[in-house]
Amino acid sequence: MELSLSTRTVGEYTVLEVGGEVDVYTAPRLRERLIELIDAGNHKIVVDLHRVDFLDSTGLGVLVGALKRLRPAGGTFGLVCDKESLLKIFRITALDQVFPIFPTVQAATGGEPDGSAGAAPTA
Amino acid sequence: MATVRLSFSPAPVHVRTARLVGVAVARRAGVAEELLDEVRLAIGEACTRAVALHRQYGLADLVQVEMSDEETYTVRVIDRAPIEAGLGLSALPPDELADESLTDEALTVGVGFALLAGFVEDLQVRPVDEGVGTEVRMVWPVGR
Repeated sequence: MELSLSTRTVGEYTVLEVGGEVDVYTAPRLRERLIELIDAGNHKIVVDLHRVDFLDSTGLGVLVGALKRLRPAGGTFGLVCDKESLLKIFRITALDQVFPIFPTVQAATGGEPDGSAGAAPTA
Repeated sequence: MATVRLSFSPAPVHVRTARLVGVAVARRAGVAEELLDEVRLAIGEACTRAVALHRQYGLADLVQVEMSDEETYTVRVIDRAPIEAGLGLSALPPDELADESLTDEALTVGVGFALLAGFVEDLQVRPVDEGVGTEVRMVWPVGR
């Protein structure tokens, strides 16, 4: 399945919903979109991965790149993921220690359900 | 003797094709359903690595993927890059992953290798028997 990207605003957060496959072919589009968002002044970003079917090292590299880009701006960067196959990838690479990962968008944007209530992740 | 052999020009767009074929052959070979996600990811990582090496060295040679289902499901992904480049794989410790000075390429290679090593119990990276290049060999059990 091709990569799909859509952006919406939830409170003060910009939520980028990603769908399909993020791999060596499609990851550059994700990188471009994230850079666009950050350069446009969106510094509280949540990437919603719940519709992602496949994520490889290139996709992970893009997500780490965005986190690093947001740091100097004092931004926040969180991921939404509840799919075990993807969570395993984050665990194996130890990137679960690098990214704040939330089960829902609501939890990632400071809501309560299933998340650490109100805790905005700091990049 | 390979059951299925696939060669593709070193372009990112073909890696998905290799993944799809690799999983289709794995399913047919009798690899357990719960391992197929890992097979898909590992074949993708090995092919991504090969494509990156060919592009890094400006090689137009095809990347080869050989899938065999005798006794086990064995996948060999063969690149034609200089051996010292191909064998220079290393996993990155977690605290280095978000290191500012790490290039995107180094990060992706490190993460890719961590995924291969984490998902494939029987993994070997070795020089090819003939000519220049390295072979990533991955083996999974079949449930027959």
